Amino acid sequence: MNELWQIVQSVLVKNSLLTAFALVGIIVGLSYIAAHRFASGRVHGSAIAILIGLILAYVGGVVTDGDKGLADIECLAGIGLMGGAMLRDLAIVATAFGVRLDEFLKTGLSGIVALIAGVFVSFGLGALVAFAFGYRDAVSMTTIGGGAATYIVGPVTGTALGASSEVIALSVAAGLVKSVLVMCLTPIVASWIGLNNPRSALIFGGLMGTTSGVAGGLAATDEKLVPYGAMTATFYTGIGCLVGPSVVFFLLRSVVGT
Amino acid sequence: MVIYGTALLSLCLITGLILGRLIGWALGIDANVGGVGIAMLLLILAAGRLQDMGLLARPTQNGVLFWSSIYIPIVVAMAASQNVRAAVSGGAVAVVAGIIVVIASFALVPLISHMGGTQRESMPSAQPAPSGDEHE
Repeated sequence: MNELWQIVQSVLVKNSLLTAFALVGIIVGLSYIAAHRFASGRVHGSAIAILIGLILAYVGGVVTDGDKGLADIECLAGIGLMGGAMLRDLAIVATAFGVRLDEFLKTGLSGIVALIAGVFVSFGLGALVAFAFGYRDAVSMTTIGGGAATYIVGPVTGTALGASSEVIALSVAAGLVKSVLVMCLTPIVASWIGLNNPRSALIFGGLMGTTSGVAGGLAATDEKLVPYGAMTATFYTGIGCLVGPSVVFFLLRSVVGT
Repeated sequence: MVIYGTALLSLCLITGLILGRLIGWALGIDANVGGVGIAMLLLILAAGRLQDMGLLARPTQNGVLFWSSIYIPIVVAMAASQNVRAAVSGGAVAVVAGIIVVIASFALVPLISHMGGTQRESMPSAQPAPSGDEHE
């Protein structure tokens, strides 16, 4: 029996991308059936599928002690390739196919306002929380604030400023919490915050900034909104990395002193 | 041929990512500034131009549409490969910071939407209950 599993496993490992396609197909299929049967269409099937994905990622992390969720299980490594940045970005760009350019340009200004507001609000609130928890030097506050922007901005800012590895790890965790929350909560709050048209999706992407959170959250809300949110979100991390170790750090240092 | 569409899509993404890196490099930061966004603009412009020239045959379009229709499964795989354990066990600061920022950012969406937004065109969102086939 053990030998049998070894044979099966070796095929799964060698064809890990196909294993991933099959597994994700099963997850998505079950989710749509569940959405239809139990939630009578009130909850989007894709929202359930993304939630199942996150739960499996947690299980994978606990089982393997790794940092890539389910993809750390050897025969499921293809999940990491399928859901990695390369194919994710390819699919995001593909969603823009058929979108008219003027729809982006018409709301360009609010998108820029949202981006700037989103970056500074995240840094500010993150730094305040850090201060409340006893991290009272400007370097740590800026780094944790950066993590509250995205889990890339945090470590980039922290490394540039020479933050301790404990603080950098916290900033990554804060960014992960944000991204997971945006994925889960967006479909729930969408109607309250008027997230039902290209304009608000553009603003949403600029305010949230986490590409994975926005990609997952909008997919679970309304697939048609994805290109708009993704468009602004893609500028967020770059702007965050730009202003974090400079403007934000100088501002915070002038407030807290050290 | 289908490959023309996928090649066009890949070309747009690679060009966008290179430009995004170059912008980051010019600004002195080690990050991609808007690469995916630039790629989306390139695709919209290129597809529009090719359409006008009559060079966007149905199979070519399918080479792009396949990737846009497989978007949700890819996002599910992305969710399954996130470091959720680290997010859950990251310590109180991380969890509190994440929660507060997300709530504040959600609250800002309607605020900025209403700012100078007189012509709010709404999407035809009155779609029937999503069926399993919808995204396939």
